[in-house]
Amino acid sequence: MTAAASLDLDVALRQGAFTLEAQVTAGAGLTVLFGQSGSGKSTLIDLVAGLKRPSRGRIAVGGVLLVDTDAGLWLPPHRRRVGYVFQEARLLPHLTVRQNLLYGRWFARRHLTDDAPTLESVADLLGIAPLLARRPAGLSGGEKARVALGRALLAAPRILLMDEPLAALDEGRKAEILPYLERLRDTVGLPILYVTHAVAEVARLATTVVMMDQGRVRAVGAPSTLWSRPDLMDLTGGTEAGSLLDAVVGGRTGDGLIRLDTPAGPILVPHLPAHLTAGARTRLRIPARDVLLSDRPPQGLSALNVLPGVVTDVREDADGSSVVRLDCVGAPVLARVTRTSAATLAIAPGQPLWAIVKAVALDQGG
Amino acid sequence: MIDLGFGPDEVAAIHLSLKVAICATLAALPPGIAVALALARGRFWGRDLLNGIVHLPLILPPVVTGYGLLLLMGRQGWVGKPLSSLGIVFAFNWTGAALAAGVMGFPLMVRAIRLSIEAVDRRLEQAAGTLGAPPLWVFATVTLPLMLPGVLAGSVLAFAKALGEFGATITFVSNIPGRTQTLSGAIYAYTQSPGGDAGALRLVAVSVALSLAALLLSEALARGVSRRISGLP
Repeated sequence: MTAAASLDLDVALRQGAFTLEAQVTAGAGLTVLFGQSGSGKSTLIDLVAGLKRPSRGRIAVGGVLLVDTDAGLWLPPHRRRVGYVFQEARLLPHLTVRQNLLYGRWFARRHLTDDAPTLESVADLLGIAPLLARRPAGLSGGEKARVALGRALLAAPRILLMDEPLAALDEGRKAEILPYLERLRDTVGLPILYVTHAVAEVARLATTVVMMDQGRVRAVGAPSTLWSRPDLMDLTGGTEAGSLLDAVVGGRTGDGLIRLDTPAGPILVPHLPAHLTAGARTRLRIPARDVLLSDRPPQGLSALNVLPGVVTDVREDADGSSVVRLDCVGAPVLARVTRTSAATLAIAPGQPLWAIVKAVALDQGG
Repeated sequence: MIDLGFGPDEVAAIHLSLKVAICATLAALPPGIAVALALARGRFWGRDLLNGIVHLPLILPPVVTGYGLLLLMGRQGWVGKPLSSLGIVFAFNWTGAALAAGVMGFPLMVRAIRLSIEAVDRRLEQAAGTLGAPPLWVFATVTLPLMLPGVLAGSVLAFAKALGEFGATITFVSNIPGRTQTLSGAIYAYTQSPGGDAGALRLVAVSVALSLAALLLSEALARGVSRRISGLP
């Protein structure tokens, strides 16, 4: 980006026993604030939106100063031009979908450029054109989430803030929204600050991840980098532990499978989303529980993908399983095995092992 | 009015009661909403005191409220005297009856509106704010429409109270036929005169009919409003 960073903040907030102290600079694309509940990620985006007031610090969005406690500057929320998509959608119940979508339009009128999204284009992008005359009470959770997103977009914001917009939805509804978010990230060119604690959403959406822990920023970087750092295992681990691998779509094999080239070696998948053609960049998530380990090159197995590697780290989890980290040609792959299996294989750092990948989750990585 | 055997004083009383109740309700509405807002949302010193003062007419004997109004708003009262020099007279006037009725209905109105404000989801107002709407606009387009059921309920309560107000009115503006005599006053006058039973019963029937009509109308309005808000058929 040639202009100022899309988000530049350095704030402190004390709320009872909780202290938040964070310094974040985010560029274009979708920046995920990742962390457990209570880590301060939602507080941070409320500070950007002006729903909370920092004890001290400054916040700038797109080069425009919103808060500077030293200068006594604090813009109220309605003058910040942030599009906020709340977890519970917060549609106005007494207005129709169309009126909800256009609610912020009047106030945005001075900031509308010629290429600003229109009601029609947003309704098409989000697939909500058939709902315009309805009222929020009659909408499904997924429909509400999309209307809330459209409403924020139509207010011509400088930045889009999303606070766990998918957390209240079931898996089916999530799958319904995710493609719209990807399209938004890739086509609208609006910086997005996205709060979540779901690894699947990080893998699928994140350009950059800001990892929050107990009110502080622990690390900032690309998802695949952060998920390969042993010192962040306490945050990236847990039941959802897994590795993120950047991948490039390769050609088709003779059997009709598609080859994905990753730093750890080629991974074969039976099919790909339509928009991923040869040469496209994507991101793979390999959940640790979907990886088996073998101490010799496996034969006579139905699994497609076997990656050779060297054990770098074994960590015991509270639930009786162990998470084994393999270095596969420089790329980390995690495997979750029972403590008994770990003992049987006598897994120790430096040992060569073969990782058998049962399943991969495929995500467009921008 | 259709001739149902009402005497001229009776017709005047019915007419006056309606006028007094409607004016009292409409006049009480703006301050009622303001006070309800202050009580529901305000964080200021003396909030409990304001709450107590608003509720005084509900707990005091109506005669005391009427006498208080007489002291305050009468021709020689602290507020009434300067007002009468401006040509605004409450004492022994129908406007005084409306004032007394409004004051008596005020706590009921404020209570209902306050409850409806407290039921408004403030997160919706926050959302409207992030979309660029300044606070006054948020109040007009989000808070007010969502609290409308309570405003309606409070208005009907205040109207019904005003229609039936007796003690404070008779103390403040007396019971002058054709001038300050409302339905309640006329019924009372009938019960105090020999052979007035028929007249009293006639007016009682009117009183019951009016109150019932107001209640039914408000129920219908409230249904319409809450349907609009919930968006469900």
